[in-house]
Amino acid sequence: MENKIKVQVPVMAEIFATGHKPEWLFWVGSAGAFDDRYKKVTREFAKILSWLKTDYAVLGAEESDSGDVARRAGNEMLFQMQALTNIQILDMYEVKKIVTCCPHDYNTLKNEYPDLGGHYEVWHHTQFLQKMLDEGKLNIKSDLFSSKTIVFHDPCYLGRANNEYDAPRDLLKIIPSAKVEMPRNRSFGLCCGAGGGQMFKEAEKGDKEVFIERTEEAIATGADIIATACPFCMVMMTDGIKYKNQEDRMKNYDIAELLSMSLGL
Amino acid sequence: MVKQILFSITLLITLAVFAWTMRRLFFNFKFTKKLPLDNIPKRIKVTLEVAIGQTKIFRHPVMGLLHALVFWGFMVILVGSIEMVIDGLFGTERVLGFLGPVYDFLFAAGDIFAAIILVSILVFLFRRLFMKVKRFYGPEMKPVSKADANLALSFILLLMITLLGMNTFYLLEMDSHNEALTGVYPVSIFLAGLFAGLSPEVIHFWHEFNWWGHILLIFVFANILPYSKHFHVFMSVPNVFVSRISPLGYAENMESITKEVKMMLDPQTAFAASTEVPPKFGVSDAEDTSWVNYMNALSCTECGRCTAVCPANITGKLLSPRKIMMDLRARMKEKGPGLHREGLTFNDGKSLIGDYISEEELWACTMCNACAQECPVNIHQPSLILDMRRYLVLEKSAAPAGLNAAFANIENNGAPWQFSPQDRMKWAEELYVNAKA
Repeated sequence: MENKIKVQVPVMAEIFATGHKPEWLFWVGSAGAFDDRYKKVTREFAKILSWLKTDYAVLGAEESDSGDVARRAGNEMLFQMQALTNIQILDMYEVKKIVTCCPHDYNTLKNEYPDLGGHYEVWHHTQFLQKMLDEGKLNIKSDLFSSKTIVFHDPCYLGRANNEYDAPRDLLKIIPSAKVEMPRNRSFGLCCGAGGGQMFKEAEKGDKEVFIERTEEAIATGADIIATACPFCMVMMTDGIKYKNQEDRMKNYDIAELLSMSLGL
Repeated sequence: MVKQILFSITLLITLAVFAWTMRRLFFNFKFTKKLPLDNIPKRIKVTLEVAIGQTKIFRHPVMGLLHALVFWGFMVILVGSIEMVIDGLFGTERVLGFLGPVYDFLFAAGDIFAAIILVSILVFLFRRLFMKVKRFYGPEMKPVSKADANLALSFILLLMITLLGMNTFYLLEMDSHNEALTGVYPVSIFLAGLFAGLSPEVIHFWHEFNWWGHILLIFVFANILPYSKHFHVFMSVPNVFVSRISPLGYAENMESITKEVKMMLDPQTAFAASTEVPPKFGVSDAEDTSWVNYMNALSCTECGRCTAVCPANITGKLLSPRKIMMDLRARMKEKGPGLHREGLTFNDGKSLIGDYISEEELWACTMCNACAQECPVNIHQPSLILDMRRYLVLEKSAAPAGLNAAFANIENNGAPWQFSPQDRMKWAEELYVNAKA
């Protein structure tokens, strides 16, 4: 451990009490805080934030579910309760800029909270990292993935919902590795199958599950790594890889993880 | 003079029938929910791009190009149709000829476009009749839907044949009288060569035949369209103008819920007497939809591009976004007259959810917006699906079990899973970063 520095993730209540208002709020999201696989992504992104010496904080126990799942599953009452509660907290800490690893929370915070009085500048973590890249702060020397082929799966709520297709791809470009695209990419991208509340319910009767259809498409590209940028896509692609028995030759990483590893963090 | 009288009567009948149909159809908008039409400059921009520029149809490049050519061709040929109406009413011939070079350009373009449209329509018919294009099939594509499509294409085919025929025999007739031509006709002049040597009487007959044939086809077609999926011809440009311009992922806020939630969160107002009649939350029947939803339904030409990209449909589930739009249109057609007769209390014992759209279809949607992204006329299917889910959850508490569990967890511990809010920082424990990095 002698070469390691402990990362203390700053919690808003404590920072704010000292009279400091952090520039960024890192919105962790329910999946980022509780899903075992995506917790790793949250950790890697927090490592990048602290390595970049970003002035940020998280809400910690004061953060509550964004309500995205509730809203898209039709429970508008629950969504609005969640949103109004969160807005109260965010406004109390005078939050201006939010960064999150979840495209669903990104969408709802950015596009839907304003209807309920919450106005923030919201960034998806790939957009934030793209900004850091543009500012020359991400220099990758490692060739960790140079023998690998990466395929990017577009999250619907980053891509179609909010027209962000380039940020994740620009970030992948700086990681030495081969890149391929699936036939259905960018605005033509096929959903992983978890959106709209599907993550939490049984799929309706059909020929196959959506995540299998999408994983098969990814496998067919011959890629070694499926890169994602969404907790739901992460769960679905991971399940798909397992279902197709490809665990030995195919891995699934979030863009933040690929960057963190390439940066040697 | 006889021709003018005959034409005037025909035009009058056409307009009267059309007005009657429109009145019946547009009455239905009275029952729909109001939505404001904001941001007009952006709407004009979207209309120019998506409707006039046909940008979204080009997502299928080959068929997209053919469709765009047909659309642009129609716009040019429309000038000629207007001229025919003036000519018919006032007994003039090619009355817009005074436009000179502009006329030459427009009518040359129209003549060329007529040939292009004719070829495109033959390709479309061939695809519909002889190629098994997947998106033209599906449970909602009943024989009547297919007949509807073929009828519309046949009409356009005949329109183009008579248009070229009219131009061709106009050229021959002018030639036989040694009169100067009005306009330039690059395709018809070639066709005229094929009919050289006919007597002036025969030429005159075919000129009149094609003239009347073309204008009567337009009149009949215009009155069939409102009863056809091909009403699209009239509705799609206005539909693009009124379509949703917010990001695809945005879901409309339910103001009625906001009031209730604010009362719950603020005890001060909790006891304030509410004088409002509690509204129905969400959509269960045609009259609960917004007027934009209904415009969407009237503009859908059942091309199936939405359904072809729907992840649920691709993997064999019942959901088809196209069917949702077709169902709304059919349900409004069924219920509209009753609503008109008896008002909003009218009940025919049926509803959109249940009799047309099943809960299974609604719950299969992943809200991925692929359908809305694809729709060439900017229909937004997910917002209607969401409004029906809202009805099921808020009015019927009829969410699938898994979702109810997620709701309960969010309510009790602020996450869709069963974890304590106090554990929200667990991920940050024992976190280290490489010192050398």
